[in-house]
Amino acid sequence: MSPFATLLLRDIKLAARSGGGAALALSFFALVATLVPLGVGPDLRLLARMAGGILWVAAVLAALLSLDRLFQGDFEDGSLDMIALSPLPLELTALAKIAAHWLSTGLPLTLLSPLLALLFNLAPPATLILFVSLLIGTPAVSAVGAIGASLTLSLKRGGLLLPLIILPLLSPVVIFGAGAVALSLDGLASVNALGLLAAFSFAALLLSPFAAAASVRLNLGS
Amino acid sequence: MQFLFRYANPHNFMRLSGVVLPFTAIGTLLCLGIGLYLGFSAPPDYQQGRTVLMMFIHVPAATTAMNVYGAIAVCSLLSLVWRHPLSDTAARAAAPLGALFTLLGLITGSLWGKPMWGTYWVWDARLTSFLLLLFIYLGYIALWNAIEDEVRAARAAAILALIGAVNIPIIYFSVEWWNTLHQGEGIVSGGTAPVFLKPLLLMMGGYFLLFLTLWMVRIRTAILERRARNLMQAGAR
Repeated sequence: MSPFATLLLRDIKLAARSGGGAALALSFFALVATLVPLGVGPDLRLLARMAGGILWVAAVLAALLSLDRLFQGDFEDGSLDMIALSPLPLELTALAKIAAHWLSTGLPLTLLSPLLALLFNLAPPATLILFVSLLIGTPAVSAVGAIGASLTLSLKRGGLLLPLIILPLLSPVVIFGAGAVALSLDGLASVNALGLLAAFSFAALLLSPFAAAASVRLNLGS
Repeated sequence: MQFLFRYANPHNFMRLSGVVLPFTAIGTLLCLGIGLYLGFSAPPDYQQGRTVLMMFIHVPAATTAMNVYGAIAVCSLLSLVWRHPLSDTAARAAAPLGALFTLLGLITGSLWGKPMWGTYWVWDARLTSFLLLLFIYLGYIALWNAIEDEVRAARAAAILALIGAVNIPIIYFSVEWWNTLHQGEGIVSGGTAPVFLKPLLLMMGGYFLLFLTLWMVRIRTAILERRARNLMQAGAR
C-alpha cells in the first residue's frame, strides 16, 4: 500500500475509534440542530426558512471540533516527526490528513443532513441542494481548517485559537452554501452559488496543503 | 530592492525613521487640521445635510484599515522570502493599528448609518466584510501572542497573513454577492463633488500619515525593547 493510503487509513481508523472525534462531531451537529428550534420557537415556516443557514453553521462548527487534533496528537507523541522523515512529501501528508478529516467528519455530516432537514420541514428540492452544497463545501472546511490546525499545533490551548483564525476565512463557504439553499427555496436556480462554492473548495484543496506543510515544517523546527 | 534591504537593517532604520518621524507627524497634523477645517466649512449636502461630515472621518478610516492589511501582507511576504526580522517587527507593529482603524471605520460607519439608513447596523456587504476583517486582525494578533518562540510566531503569523490576503478579496466578493446596500465608491468614478473631494483627500492623506507615524513609533519601540532586553540579559550573565 502507498504511504499516502496508509496514512489516510490510519487517520480514519483513529478518528472512528474511541477518543476520535467523528461520532462526537455528528452528535454535536444533531444537538445544535435540536437546540435552535428550542431557542427560536417551533414555527415550522420560520424553521424551514432558516434551515439552510442553521445546518450550514452547525456543520462548520461540528467540523471544527475535531480539527484542532488534526496534527496535534501526532505532534505530541512524536509520530509527526517520523511522518515528516518518511518519503511522503509533507504536502501530501497534509492532503492525506485533510482527506481523512473530511471522510470521517464532513462526509458523515453531509449524510446526516437530509434527516435533520426533515426536522426543519425543508422542502425536498432544497434538501437536495443542501446535501449537494455540504458535499462540495465541507472539503473546504477541512482544507482551510488544516491550515489553522497546523499553525496552532504546538499550542496547548490551540483549540481556542483555531476558530478565531479560520472562521472568518470560512465565511464564503457559509455564504455560498446557505445561499444556494435559500435560492432554491425562492424557486431560483442555485447553480451559480454551487459553482462558486465548488470553486472555493477546489482553490482551498489546492493551496492549503502547501500552507499547512509550511507551518508544520516551522513547528518541527526544520 | 537594494534600497529596501539597506533600511531593513534595524540600525539604519532607527536613523532614517528618526529623521522622517517629525515630518510625518507635522504632516499628519497639517492634513487633518486643514482637512477638518475645509470639511466643516463645506456646504451641507443636499441629501445628507450636515451628516456628510461623517464621510471625512469614516471613509479614510476604512481605506486605511484595508491598506494596513496590505502593508502587513507585504511585510509577511518579505519575511517569508528573505527571513528579515525587521519585516516581522513591522508586520507585528502594524496589526493593532489596523484593528483600530477597522474598529474606527465600523463605529463611525454605524454612527453615520443611523441618520442615513435609520439603524446603527445593517447586514450590508461592506459592513459585514469589515466586521470579518476585524476578526481576521484579531486572529492574527492572537496567533502572534499565543506562540512564545518569537521566530516561530513570526513565521506562523506571516503564513496566516498571506492566507488572509488571498482570502480577503474572496470574502469581500462573497459578501457583496450575499447582500449590498452600501453606496459604491465615489472618488475615482468622479461621483464626489469637488467641494467635498478636497477635504476628503486631505483627510485620507492625514490618516495615511497618521498610520505611518504611529507605525514607525511602534517599530522603533519594538527595536528599542529588544535592545534593552539583550542588554539586560548580557548584564545578568
